Parts: sequence; structure tokens; C-alpha cells
Amino acid sequence: MNDLTPTREERIANLKGMGTSRKRVEDVRFTQGKGNYVDDIKLQGMLFGDFVRSPYAHARVKSINADAARALPGVVAVLTAADLAPLNLHWMPTLAGDKQMVLADGKVLFQGQEVAFVVATDRYIAADAIELVEVDYEELPVVVDPFAAMEPDAPVLREDLNGIMSGAHGPRRHHNHIFLWETGDKAATEEALGAAEVVAEEMVYYHRTHPCPLETCGCVASMDKVNGKLTVWGTFQAPHVVRTVASLLSGIEEHNIRVVSPDIGGGFGNKVGVYPGYVCSIVASIVTGKPVKWVEDRMDNLMATAFARDYWMKGRISATKEGKITALRCHVTADHGAFDACADPTKFPAGFFHICTGSYDIPVAYVGVDGVYTNKAPGGVAYRCSFRVTEAAYFIERMIEVLAIELGMDAAELRRINFIRKEQFPYQSALGWEYDSGDYHTAWDKALAAVDYKGLREEQAQRIADFKAGRTRKLLGIGLTHFTEIVGAGPVKNCDILGMGMFDSCEIRIHPTGSAIARLGTISQGQGHATTFAQIIASEIGLSADSITVEEGDTDTAPYGLGTYGSRSTPVAGAATALCGRKIRAKAQMIAAWLLEVHEGDLEWDVDRFQVKGAPERFKTMKEIAYAAYNQAIPGIEPGLEAVSYYDPPNMTYPFGAYIAVMEIDVDTGEHEVRQFYALDDCGTRINPMVIEGQVHGGATEGYAIAMGQEIAYDEIGNVKTGTLMDFFLPTAWETPHYTTDHTETPSPHHPIGAKGVGESPNVGSVPAFSNAVHDAFRAFGLRQSHMPHDHWRIWKIARDLGLHG
Amino acid sequence: MGKKMQVSLTVNGEVHEVLAEPRELLIHTLREKLGITGPHIGCETSHCGACTVDMNGRSVKACTVFVAQADGAEITTIEGLGGPDGLHVLQRMFREHHGLQCGYCTPGMITRAHRLLQENPQPTEEEVRFGMAGNLCRCTGYQNIVKAIMAAAAEMNAKEAAE
Ligand code: FES
Ligand code: FES
Repeated sequence: MNDLTPTREERIANLKGMGTSRKRVEDVRFTQGKGNYVDDIKLQGMLFGDFVRSPYAHARVKSINADAARALPGVVAVLTAADLAPLNLHWMPTLAGDKQMVLADGKVLFQGQEVAFVVATDRYIAADAIELVEVDYEELPVVVDPFAAMEPDAPVLREDLNGIMSGAHGPRRHHNHIFLWETGDKAATEEALGAAEVVAEEMVYYHRTHPCPLETCGCVASMDKVNGKLTVWGTFQAPHVVRTVASLLSGIEEHNIRVVSPDIGGGFGNKVGVYPGYVCSIVASIVTGKPVKWVEDRMDNLMATAFARDYWMKGRISATKEGKITALRCHVTADHGAFDACADPTKFPAGFFHICTGSYDIPVAYVGVDGVYTNKAPGGVAYRCSFRVTEAAYFIERMIEVLAIELGMDAAELRRINFIRKEQFPYQSALGWEYDSGDYHTAWDKALAAVDYKGLREEQAQRIADFKAGRTRKLLGIGLTHFTEIVGAGPVKNCDILGMGMFDSCEIRIHPTGSAIARLGTISQGQGHATTFAQIIASEIGLSADSITVEEGDTDTAPYGLGTYGSRSTPVAGAATALCGRKIRAKAQMIAAWLLEVHEGDLEWDVDRFQVKGAPERFKTMKEIAYAAYNQAIPGIEPGLEAVSYYDPPNMTYPFGAYIAVMEIDVDTGEHEVRQFYALDDCGTRINPMVIEGQVHGGATEGYAIAMGQEIAYDEIGNVKTGTLMDFFLPTAWETPHYTTDHTETPSPHHPIGAKGVGESPNVGSVPAFSNAVHDAFRAFGLRQSHMPHDHWRIWKIARDLGLHG
Repeated sequence: MGKKMQVSLTVNGEVHEVLAEPRELLIHTLREKLGITGPHIGCETSHCGACTVDMNGRSVKACTVFVAQADGAEITTIEGLGGPDGLHVLQRMFREHHGLQCGYCTPGMITRAHRLLQENPQPTEEEVRFGMAGNLCRCTGYQNIVKAIMAAAAEMNAKEAAE
């Protein structure tokens, strides 16, 4: 040993492994404008595609005349359903077991629906040509309200389903009905509700909104007719699934299709599905023999690309007089729009909505979800959410508040007495989930103490008194939330997408000089996978994260995986990564034993090396072992050092958190000011605290937007009223609140590194926190429930309806 | 379609002559004709700021400027901010303070922040938030962007004081 020998602490620090706030490797490119997003791709001879879209929400398409468009110089092709029909591509399957028109086949069912696809030599000519396509429409009656859609005499929307009274998820009881999905014990729930001392009932609406990533959706399709290979670059959150779907649809063998997700400018669920633009670009490239680019504009994106939420949740909750909850029932009317294109695991048409018993020990529960068709855009994707978990969390956190009103109790206390206790984990929920781990009381107490909850309530009481005495026109709202998430789908036995089990994968290859490349089945859209997955590997195999390249998104090179959404990357691919690292380490141990001439069992792992037990001065570092793997003939051991792991999780993970929003509300203008926002997250083992904190800031800002103003609104004839960023609320730096983040750490017992995933927690948790703050401000004046988004106008209306304007 | 016109513009110190229809937007000229893909397109209606570039010493949204209006202009994009000795302090600080995630807004953000700090070298946090309100970010919640800009301002001011 000499002075240059690094200490153990230095060796650990050098890894930049799990638990360190490692700076992101991605940022070096991004800060210099050197990202490579889909719209940056430019190929020789590339054409541009664009859509003629329907101005009507419901109409028969009597004829399409594209002659003038075709005659415009620079226009190469105009595709309509008639052109796609011979290829059987005028309709496509959705992820939810329904089918969707690629181009209008006889009628249109929502405003903005794709009617014809124009392909031209530049985007301006394509835009000109769209104006020249003449479509003769005959307007039909429009249904935008899901309850009206289920009236006996409601217009028939999906004529293609005429007489087909059974769908992918069982019987349909009405021509605009998609499915009824039920879980829980209905009879026992009714009985408990009937016998209860206290019952609260409420309709909780989680309005229609939109993920709206800053980069819209798009692709470049390039069919190489010489070697028969199709390459598609696109904004895909699940590139491998896209390849499989493309193969099934086109009949091109899967090995002849390469799907690449380049850098993605945010996804939030918007980029999970398969859209008509992708299909049309591929067909157009096959037809023209040229690469075809399609990138939607913002209005296309908001009008036609997958929306989120739109759940009408009718709840009934019961409790003892002391506040112990005895039962919960929920019936949802789910507005799926014109086609059922939700991106949920196949067996779960309402996603994981049945996590709606939340953080509470509720003995019996029942959930029924009716999916309904309306004349609105399809979607129902998980907007920074694990398959309807946000809807579920919002529902239960509102019901708790309503129950607190009914009981005349403090809502924080009501939560506390109903939390699942630490010793109850693993906990079987009444709706069939096994919560893996949690310590809700500790998190709750920490959160209440951090914001001085008692002090806040006193301040609020004083404020109410001042308001009543005419000394102020501002009210104070304290918005509480304790949410439980369910993320990380798999397990394969009950989660699949189009038959593909929801496992994920990682492949690690160590280079001779001790650096490495890892490839995963997931794809980052800003989460920083290239940074954080390298940290997991670094901790597992003892090479510095700086020496590890992480690659994702190219189906020709990456192992098959189901992609990134539903906070599944860390729970599923992260586990595959850790286990893959352990496979590498197992082989490295054999090599080290041979090099050190000891028995494998005599070695122990220490940070970055195997050392002889009891003689730590005799060791081989992973770097030395890697070299040996390639340059020595070791008896009985194959050369090389690489491994691949596919991970099928035994269970989901259940991150949780306690969020508190404190809001000042101006009764006369309806304006609000978020005075404080405190977010405590427990996502198990923390891989990169800096990245986690960034995720919380971003997700909470999305939640702020959703709760306080963001919506996809329609008028009664199906016009989208919020189709541009002028009317669709995206908060700026000016109105966005300041966040305080905090954490507790309860590792997942079944996950190789104990990590649970965090990307979606802040969206799930912040929406009820903000909304509850608004409700709480008016609780003393009799408000029970008012639907989001709580924009100034709606808050003003609450005050007016409560008679507070004098 | 209109008749094409000859436009001359200086981008990041380099003079370009382009032939363009009068209706062509500056963002498309930059991205498609000149291969300068740092500035992005997020809305094309001047709301998001992803396309922000510096034109004659002012921040402009390149999706709302006709290239014809940029005739003779001096334009700086994210690609032109770094100097011979490496990254601009804003670029470093955005990384240092985790002021970006997907990176899509980042070129516009940094280009705008660069101009903001010329206009107001010692902004308060409020002034930064107000001055950056034309640039939307969907990932970060702005908190770390603001931090990065404040840190860059501090470093630039310290450097200036030392000189
Ligand atoms: S693209 Fe120019 S402001 Fe959005
Ligand atoms: S980092 Fe994704 S939009 Fe700002």
C-alpha cells in the first residue's frame, strides 16, 4: 500500500453508484442543442406526410375528391381509406382489444379524426394540398356526454359493431357500451354500507386532460426495397411493441423491421399508443419507395392524439361514528371516446383503478367500471400514471375528505386512524392487491410536522373568523393527500400488452479494458436512464458509472422489453439490470478464483473487486478480471464477459407519499396562490436523489396544471374548445409553485435493489393535494364537492354559489 | 406558393444565403435548410418558446418570424452560445442544477436565459420567473431551471467583478 492507493471510501465514490446525485450524462448533448429527436432526422429524398382531418365530431363521409390535391406540383400521393382497404390497413387494432380507423372509413367519429393522408416533397406543399382535398360530409347527431350516450335512443356511434354485443372485455349492454368491468365483493359491500353508522356519497369527476409533451408525436418511415427492410424512427415509449404490431399489421417479418426511438421530448403516456400517422407513414414509404416523415402539430396533438382520464366516479363510503371505514363502493362511467384505445394491460380495461382503496385498511369494497363510446378522440392513456392510478388516488382522497365532513372530523386524523399499519404488510387489499411494503404513519407524521399542521389549522380558524368579520377576502385551504401507487407492471402472469408479457430486460457487455455497454428494453423520455441505469450497474459490478454506456430504443440491438410508462423502468428494467450485473459478477468470481488460485468460496465481493476472505490485500479488481476474461485461456470458462437478463417481477411495487398544499384563495376573483407545497415520497431505495427530486418537481407541476386549469373541453357539438396552447393550460415559471421535497425510505422486499419507481407519484399525489386545498378553503362554508379543473372562473363560482359574494 | 426570394442571414457568425418563399418561417429555414436543429418546434403558435433564438440582440420565437423578416439579421442559436473555451456558463449550470430532463425545451430555455441575463444581469428569482415565462417546460417544474439561471448570473457577475 502506498499513498496513491485509494481508500475504500474513495473506491465507492469513484463508482458514482446508487444513492449518489450523479450529474446526467445526457445533458452534455442536450444543453448544446445536440439532441437527436425525430424531427431532427433528415434522410435523402425524404417526403412529408400530413392529415386532412375532420371538422365534424360525427358525420358520414359521402365522398372524398383528391384530384386537385394530387395535381399540385410536389404532391406525391394522397391516401384514403379506399387505398388502405386492399391492404387491410384502413382499420388497426388498439391496445385495448378494440379497433380504430386509420383513415375515415365511411364516417368520422370525432373532431380532428384522420380522413386522408397527403404526401409531398415539403411540409408547406403538404399543408397546401390538404386545403385542396374536398370531403363531402353529412352531419350526424353528436354525443359528447357519456351518460347521454347510454340512453336507449342515443345515436349509434360505432356502426361497425352493429349487432356485436360482446367485446374484448365481455358483454356490451348498449350500442355505445364498451364493457363492464367489476371486481370486489359486491354483496358484502352492499351489506356493510347498509349497516353502517355513517355513510357519505359523492360523484367525483376527474376531467379529460392531455399529457401534452413539449415534443409532439411523429415518425420517419423508410422502406428499403432493395433489402426488404423497413426502418421506423419514432416517438415511441415502447419501441419493441411497435415493431411487433408493425409486423403483425404489415406482414413484414419482424427481423426485417427496425424500430428506433431516438431522443424523446417527453412522453407522459402520450407516446405509448400506435397512431394512424405511424401506419400511414409506413404505407406511404412502401408505396413511394421514399422515406416519409410525419410530425403532428400541437393542434393535431391536442385534438386527436391520446387524451387522459375522463372518469365519472360515483362513490359511497361508510364508517363507524369514530371514523373507522367499513366499506367502499365505486361505480365509474368511463368516457373512452370513439374507439377504445386505452393503453392498459390486456386483462385490465380499467387499468389498476382498483387500487382505489388507497392507503386505507378497508375491509370490503366493490368497483364497477362501464366503458362508454362518445364522439371524442380516443385515448385514455396513463398521463404520468400507472394505468388509472391517478383517477383512483383522486377518488379515494376526495371520498376521505367528504367522509371527514360527514363525520365532522379532521381529515388528517381520519386518514391516520384508517391507514394500513406497518405490521400489516404484505397487505391484501379488499380489491385483490398485495401491497408489498409501507410505513404510512411515519410518513404522515413527518409530513404534518414539517408543515406545522396544527399551526396551519389555527391560522385557518383565525382566517375564517376574520373573513366572517369582514377583515379579509382571502381564505386559506390546506390540501392533504396520502397516496399509494401501484407500479412496475408485470407480473407476466397477469399483465400483458397485445399478448406480450410485461417483463423487461437488460444486456451488459464488459469490454476488455474494463468499460461496458448496457442495453435495455425501455426508453428514456427525459428520465435520465443513461445516467441512472449506469449507477445500478456500477454498484453491482464495481466499474465506474462513467465507464458505462447505456443504450435503449433500437430494436435491432436492444433486448426485447415492454418500454417505459407506468413507472415501470426502475421496478422492472432496473431489476433486470441489477440481476444482469449479478450474472456478470458470478462469472467474474470464477475468473478471479482462477487468477488468485483459490476456491471461489474463499472470495468475497468488496465494492469493485473480489478479495480473499481474511486476506484483503489479495484481490482482483473488476477491471483486471475483465481483461483476463478476454486475454487468458481459463480452463472450463468461456472467454468474454457479458450477460442478459429478462425480469418478470413477482409483484408490483407500491410507492407512497404524503403531499400537502397550502393555498390562499381570493373569494372575489377566484384567483389562488400556492403558498407552500410539501411532497414526501417513499419510492424505496433511491438510485439518484437529484433525479428523483427533478421528477417530483415535474410531476407536481403537471398535477398543478391538471387540478387548477388544464382540460380538454368540448362544446355540445363536439368541437374541441382547448385545441391550442392558448386555451390548454400549461403553467409557466411564473405561476408554477415552489416545491419542498422530502422522503422516507421503505425498500420493496421483493425487488433486487428495493427500488419502487417514482416518476408518476407526484402526478398521482399532487392532483388531490391541490384539489383538496381548494375544497378545504370552502369547507367551513358548506362545500362538499366541486369538479376540477379549479380555474379562476370555477373557484369564483364556488364562492358565488356559497353566497360569499354578499 | 409565392415567388422565392433571396435572403441573407448571419447565424452563429456564419453568413448564409437562402432561397425561400416569403411565407417560410425562420424556424424551418434554420432546421431544414441550414441543419441547425438545436431550436425545436413545440407549438408553432408562439406559446412554448422551444424555438427561441436570438435575433439582433432580442429573443424571438423563430416559429413566428418569417425568414424574409430576418433578411440581414444576426442570429444566435444554442449552437452559437459556447465559446472556444467550451460550454457557456448557462449550459454548465443547467447540467449542474438538473435544469433539464427530456431536453426538448432546453435550447430555447438557455437561449432565452442568455438574453435575459444581458437585459438584467442581476435578476431576482421573481424576475427570472417572469423573464422566462415565454418558455414552457413540461418536465422540470422550472424550480431547477430558475436555480441554474440564478447560479449562472452569480458566476458571471463574480467573473466580471474579478476582471
Ligand atoms: S414552436 Fe415557437 S413558440 Fe412554440
Ligand atoms: S426538459 Fe422536457 S420540456 Fe423541459
